[in-house]
Amino acid sequence: MTEPVLSIRDLVVEFDTTDGVVHAVDGVSYDVHPGETMGVVGESGSGKSVTVMAALGLIQIPPGRIVNGEVLYKGRNILGLDEDELRKIRNKEIAMIFQDPMTSLNPVFKVGDQIAEALLVHDDKLTDDAARKRTVDLLEMVGVPNPDRRFDQYPHEYSGGMRQRAMIAMAMANQPSVLIADEPTTALDVTIQAQVLEVMKVAAEETGAGTVMITHDLGVVAEMADRVTVMYAGRVVESGTVDEIFHNPKHPYTLGLMMSLPRVTGEMQKLLPIPGNPPSVISLPPGCAFHPRCRMSEGRELCRTKVPELVEASPGHMSACHFPDEVAIEAKREASVTGLEV
Amino acid sequence: MGTFIARRLLYSIPVLLAATILVFFGMTAVTDPISQIRLQPNVSQQTIQNIIDRKHLDEPVVVQYGFWLRDVFFNQFGNTALGDQPIWPDLSRAIGNTMQLVFISELIAVVLAVVLGVFSAKKQYSFFDYATTTISFFGFSVPIFWFALILQALATWFFLETGFRLFYTFGQSSFAPENAFIDRIQHMVLPIVTLSYVSIATYSRYQRASMLEVLHSDYVRTARAKGVKERVVTMKHALRNALIPVVTIAALSFGAVLGGAVITETIFAWPGMGKFFIDALIRGEVYTLMAWLMVTAVAVILANLVADIVYGWLDPRIRYD
Amino acid sequence: MTDQQVRKDDEIAEAQTQAVIDSAHLEGLEIKSLTQWQLARRKFFQHKLAMTSLVILLLVFLAALFADFIAPYDFAEPDVPNRSSPPTFEGQHYFGTDKIGRDYFSRTLFGTRTSVYVAFIVASVSTVIGVIIGGVAGYYGGAIDNLLMRMTDLFLTIPFLAILLVLSAFLGAGSPVRVAFILGFLFWTGLARIVRGEFLSLREKEFVEAAKVLGASDSRIIFRHILPNTLGPIIVNATLTVAAAILVEAALSFLGFGVQPPFPALGVLIADGQDSLTTLWWLATFPGLTIVLIALCINFVGDGLRDAFDPKQRVK
Repeated sequence: MTEPVLSIRDLVVEFDTTDGVVHAVDGVSYDVHPGETMGVVGESGSGKSVTVMAALGLIQIPPGRIVNGEVLYKGRNILGLDEDELRKIRNKEIAMIFQDPMTSLNPVFKVGDQIAEALLVHDDKLTDDAARKRTVDLLEMVGVPNPDRRFDQYPHEYSGGMRQRAMIAMAMANQPSVLIADEPTTALDVTIQAQVLEVMKVAAEETGAGTVMITHDLGVVAEMADRVTVMYAGRVVESGTVDEIFHNPKHPYTLGLMMSLPRVTGEMQKLLPIPGNPPSVISLPPGCAFHPRCRMSEGRELCRTKVPELVEASPGHMSACHFPDEVAIEAKREASVTGLEV
Repeated sequence: MGTFIARRLLYSIPVLLAATILVFFGMTAVTDPISQIRLQPNVSQQTIQNIIDRKHLDEPVVVQYGFWLRDVFFNQFGNTALGDQPIWPDLSRAIGNTMQLVFISELIAVVLAVVLGVFSAKKQYSFFDYATTTISFFGFSVPIFWFALILQALATWFFLETGFRLFYTFGQSSFAPENAFIDRIQHMVLPIVTLSYVSIATYSRYQRASMLEVLHSDYVRTARAKGVKERVVTMKHALRNALIPVVTIAALSFGAVLGGAVITETIFAWPGMGKFFIDALIRGEVYTLMAWLMVTAVAVILANLVADIVYGWLDPRIRYD
Repeated sequence: MTDQQVRKDDEIAEAQTQAVIDSAHLEGLEIKSLTQWQLARRKFFQHKLAMTSLVILLLVFLAALFADFIAPYDFAEPDVPNRSSPPTFEGQHYFGTDKIGRDYFSRTLFGTRTSVYVAFIVASVSTVIGVIIGGVAGYYGGAIDNLLMRMTDLFLTIPFLAILLVLSAFLGAGSPVRVAFILGFLFWTGLARIVRGEFLSLREKEFVEAAKVLGASDSRIIFRHILPNTLGPIIVNATLTVAAAILVEAALSFLGFGVQPPFPALGVLIADGQDSLTTLWWLATFPGLTIVLIALCINFVGDGLRDAFDPKQRVK
C-alpha cells in the first residue's frame, strides 16, 4: 500500500459557547491515500466538517480550539503551522469544495476571476492572460458550456449545478494532492447531483488526488468511496472498505444509517429510523455515546459506563462497539422486520 | 449607466411631486402666511391685501397649490410673502455654505467609519473594538447641540488661556483675514467635527455589523481556502460586500444630517441652510420654509440616486443595463 | 435625527447575524427547552452593562420622580446671596447656581423629570400608533401596506427635525404635554416598519395558517398569535425611543421650539447656560451630562434587550 497523502491523527477540537464547551471533534483519525476516495459519513454535528476545517486552519480561534492531534500532509505535520505557511498549502496542496455553491462564490466578482485568483495567488509569475486561458480550460473540463463567455459572468448568472462545477474547477486549479468535498451535492437538485458527482470523479482523475468525500448520504458514499469512516458525536465509530461497511457493518450506528435509507427495489419496504436524536455535543452521554439510541445496548452495563475503543473487528475493519460481532445478528433481526437485506 | 441614471431621474419625478404635496398641504394644515404676518406689528391692512392678491390666498387651496407649484418650478420658488423679496438668492447662498460643511463632514464620516468598522470587526472583542463601540454609543447618546457647545467652550477656553486662535467658534470667516483659506478652515473645523461625530457613530456600527457578517460568510471561507492572504480577503473579498449596507445608511441619513446641520449651524452661526431655516421659522416666512423643505427633499432624493449608482458599482446583482 | 438612529439600530440588529461559529459547527447543539421569555430574561440578567445601566436609570428616574423631596431648592426660587456659585457641597449647590442664584442641581432634577415625562409619553404614543399602523399594513398587506410604506418613504425625504420644528413653531409647543404629543405623533414610523415586517413574515407561518383554518377571527389571530411574537422588537424599539425622544426634545427645547420656560427641561437649562459657557461652565455642563447619562443607559439597556431577544445571538 502507498503512503497516505493525508493522515489525521487523534484530532481534538473544542468550541467555547455560552452553553458550555462543545466537543466537536474528539480524537478523530483517518488516512487518505493518493487516488482513493475516503467517504466520511455522519449526521450533522458529528464533527466531520470541523475535522477538515481544523486541519486547514479554517476554524475561528477563539471560540474554536485545537486541543490535540496531528494532521500529516505527505508526512509533515501541518496542524498549527502559521497562517502564511498554511495559506501556501490551501488549494495548492489541499483544496476544498463546499456544500452550498449558492453562497460559496463571492457575489460581487466574476466567476472566472475567482477561479483565476486561485492560480494567481500561488504563482507570482503567472500573467493574467495565462490565468484566464487556464481557467477557461478548467471550466471546459468541468463541463461548463461556453467557458470563455461564462468566465465574465457573475455567480448570480450561474445555476446551482454550474456554480458547483465552477467550485470544482477552482478546487482542481492547482492540481492539488488532496481534494476535500464537504457535502458537495447536498444543496443541489437530485437530477444535478449525479452530474456533479461525475465531475468530481473527473477532477479526482485529472489531479490524481486523494479525495475526502464528506457526506451524510450513504448513496453518495456507495457511488464514490473506496473506504469509509463513520463518525458519531465527534468520534470515529467505524471504518473500513466500502464493501465491508455496506455488507458487514460492525457498528449499530452504521447499521441504523443503512436501515433508515430508502432503496428502490420494486418492493414496498418499511424504513427503520434510528430512534432518538443526536446527542448534545456539550454533554455527551456516559459510556458509548450511541447507547441511548442503540437497541443492542439495552440492559448492558458496559455500554452505559465504558467508552468503547476503536479496535480492529476484522482485518482492516475498525469498530468502536463493545459487541461488534452482534451487529450481524441485529441486522438479521431488523431485516426480518423490514424485509430488507443488508 | 447613462440610461439607468435617466430612468432613475424619471422615477424621481413622482416622488418629487409627492413631496410638493406633502410640503404644501402639510404647511397649509398647520399655518398660513397671513396669520403669521398678523403676528407682526405695523403691517397695514393694505399690505396684507396685497399679499393675498399676489399669492392668490383668496382662491381655493388647490388653486393656491397650483400657483405655488408654478413659482417653485418656473420662478425659483417665488418671493417671500411679507417683503416680496426673491427667495432663491439667499437660499442658494445658504445651500452653498451648508454643502461645504455637509460634504466634507460626510466624506470624513464615511471614510473614518469604514476604517473603524472594519478594524473593530477584524479585532472583534479586542480593546480597540470595545473602545470604538463605547465611542459610538456616546455618539448615539450625546445631544449634538451640547457636543457643539462643549467644543465651543473648549476652543474659547484655549484662546483665553494661550492667546492663540486655533479654531473660531463663530461665523464663516474673519474680517480681512491674512490667509483666507486657512481662516476658512479655522472656522470650519468645529462644525465639521460636530456634524461628523454623530454620523461616524452610526455608520461605524453598521460597518462593523456588516463586516462581521461578511467575514463569517461562505464566500470569505472560500477565499481563505483558496490560499488568499488574509489582508486581501478582508480588503477585497469582504469589504466590497460589507460596504453595501453602509451606502444605504449614508444615503438614508442624508436628511438626518441636514437636520443636524440646522442645530450645528445655529450654534456656530454658520450662514447656511440651518441658520436660514431657523431665521425663516422665527419670522414665520411660510414660503421660505416651503422652499427650504423642497430643497432638502431634492437633496435627499439626489443622495439616494447617488447611493443607487454606488450600489450598481459595488454589486453586479443590481447592475443596471 | 435620532428617530432614524433608532431605525438604524434596529437594522443593525437584523444585520447582526453574528454566528460566531459557523452554523455547521453547531448544528448538533441541543437547545435547552426554555421558553423565549425565560431565555430572554436569563440573557438580559447576565448582560452586566445592561443591568448596571438599568439600575442607574432607575435611580435617576426615582430621583426625578421625587424631585420635590430631594431637591434642596425650588427650581425657580433664586438663592440671591449665592449667585453665580460654582458647584459646592456647602450650601448644597452641587451643580452651582446661575446669575440670579437659582440652584442648578434642583433645576436639573426638575428638568430631568420634565424630559423623562415627555419621553415616556412619546414612547407610549408612538408605540401604540406604530403597532397599529405597522400591524394593519403587515397583516392586511396590499393597498394599505403600499400606501403606508410610500408615506413613510416620503417622510424620509424631509429632515425629521425640520418637520418637528415647523410643527412645534406653528402649533405652539411650550408645555411638556403638547411637545410630547407632537413628538409622539411623528415618532412611530420606525416602529411601524419593524412591526409591519414582523407581521408580514409571521402571517405566513404555519401556526397562523392553522389558526385561520380553524376559523379564528382576525383579531384573535393578531392578538393571540402574532402580536406576542413581535413583542421583543416592540419593547426594544420603545426603549430606544425613550432615549431618542429625550435627545430630540432637548434639541427642540434648546432651539426654543420645544418645552419653554417656565417649565424646566434639560434643553432649556442648557440654552440658559449657553451665554456663559466659559465663565459659568457648570450651567450647560451638568444638564448636558444628565442627558448623556440617561441616553447612554437607555441605549445600553436597549442593546441588552436586543441581545436578549435575538435568538441568533446564543453563542458567546
